[in-house]
Amino acid sequence: MEDSSKYLHPDKETLSRPELEALQLERLKQTVKHCMNSPFYKKKFDEMGLSPDDIKSLDDVRKLPFTTKQDLRDTYPFGLASVPLRKCIRLHSSSGTTGNPTVILHTQKDIDEWANAVARCLWMVGLRPDDVFQNSSGYGMFTGGLGFQYGAERLGALTVPAAAGNSLRQIKFMKDFGTTALHAVPSYVTRLYEVMKQEGVDPRTDTKLKVLAIGAEPHSEAQRQRIEEMLGVKAYNSFGMSEMCGPGVGFECEYQNGLHFWEDYYIVEIVDPQTLEPVPDGEIGELVLTTLNREAMPLLRYRTRDLTRVLGRTCPCGRNHVRLDRMRGRSDDMIVLRGVNIFPIQIEMILMKFKELGNNYLITLTTDDDNDNMTVEVELAGLFTDDYPSLKALEKNITRALKDEILLTPHVKLVPQGSLPVSEGKAVRVVDKRKVYQ
Amino acid sequence: MTVKQISIFIENKSGTMLTVLETLKSAGIQIIASAVSDTVDYGIYRIICSDPDKALEILRTRGISVTIADVFAVELEDVPGRAADAVQTIAMAGININYLYSFLFKGKGILIFRTNDTEKTIQTINDAGLRLLTPESFLLKEE
Repeated sequence: MEDSSKYLHPDKETLSRPELEALQLERLKQTVKHCMNSPFYKKKFDEMGLSPDDIKSLDDVRKLPFTTKQDLRDTYPFGLASVPLRKCIRLHSSSGTTGNPTVILHTQKDIDEWANAVARCLWMVGLRPDDVFQNSSGYGMFTGGLGFQYGAERLGALTVPAAAGNSLRQIKFMKDFGTTALHAVPSYVTRLYEVMKQEGVDPRTDTKLKVLAIGAEPHSEAQRQRIEEMLGVKAYNSFGMSEMCGPGVGFECEYQNGLHFWEDYYIVEIVDPQTLEPVPDGEIGELVLTTLNREAMPLLRYRTRDLTRVLGRTCPCGRNHVRLDRMRGRSDDMIVLRGVNIFPIQIEMILMKFKELGNNYLITLTTDDDNDNMTVEVELAGLFTDDYPSLKALEKNITRALKDEILLTPHVKLVPQGSLPVSEGKAVRVVDKRKVYQ
Repeated sequence: MTVKQISIFIENKSGTMLTVLETLKSAGIQIIASAVSDTVDYGIYRIICSDPDKALEILRTRGISVTIADVFAVELEDVPGRAADAVQTIAMAGININYLYSFLFKGKGILIFRTNDTEKTIQTINDAGLRLLTPESFLLKEE
């Protein structure tokens, strides 16, 4: 593709709605047929008396069964594969140690398509082969690492797989290699900026940075604007999830008016999380995605648990792929903190191992000096000691055990029994003061 | 011989000590001495009272995080320097004092403290000829 082209995939990006929907229907039919190779979907279809031939229009997607994270856990590790394992070349697995983790398998074609999708996103926000793309996201199982790596390579940029952490080295790379584009979770961008200030580095004059891709953790419009002011460049919101490959599912264009979800890759539905019926455009509901060109592990109507709404299906950028609002919350209790997905039950299971503690606890999420933090208040069961060192040691042991589980270090605070609020019925376990869903 | 001290886990916010005191007051328990220090998130409120067993029970019933600790109560002449002498005796024996507070009771100075080695502490105090108070010492006089 010529550098001057506005689109990396003009034949897909600028399709009219009818053309796009015709392509979706064709791919949906193929996908559903292909799913019959998976024992899981075969059984589901048989139970529902459903045949792939029943899919005649795009609206027929609503006849299909939903797929949940629990289904992925129940079929761990390979039960949802629609191809033999010998055709698969990679897997990504969630970090969760509570219950079974989830596994997503990829064929060579899946990896190629994923790279294409990420490349399309990066091209859309101005990256070209002359650019130097530094990826400060975790590598390994975390899909933000390899996902952006392959996408930026596909685009032809010079890639700097810096991975997460070591801010001084990150800044040195940016200066020495002339990094023009950076991908990181938003809280890490603010961290980098703090270190730059301490080191006397001015991102506007001492680096060649021109674009940021931020994602993998919820952030408000205000946070985005603050990040843009800090570094003096545009920051584009990126949406991805490992179940849908990873990054490259949705991305903002130059107009920053919502994220374009690539509808040649996915069927996007927004449903009421209770009734599972579709909600009208503009109303907030749960995002449900059906993969349209996945080979190893197609997923039908996957309930993402993310809450969002449709903003529109046209855009001044010329793309008619649906625009969704930034994520507005979750329809379950999952916490996303510094790019790490955490369920309160994981914290609860650790706390319950400490006989010194009672049953009540409260997780509070705050933003302090641009850093997102977690405080875990735990009630003592009674008092087991008469001295401060023992209490401090207990706090330290709880902190370490939690860190091993959730991969972040929370601030653990012991409180007397009976001091935490207990609401009627279901206990309030999480208080999110970050104001990220705005 | 040690005496029983009530140790209460309290949050660093207004009103928490009052709850404890009112609970003891309602049970007719007299506070002989108490100590609490300024810490960040929480504190341990330590109390010598007329009836520690009853205090423990009633505080627990109220859902308060409480325990009983065995501490030493050394009686000293009410003249300058006696506390220094007593603590020197403990220090010379290589015993570490975890915490200590003092008060006057019936014309005598009382040192309350806790160590990690109860047996050695008792022997050291006895060898030095110091007098250890017993739990009965703090009982309320029968009316």
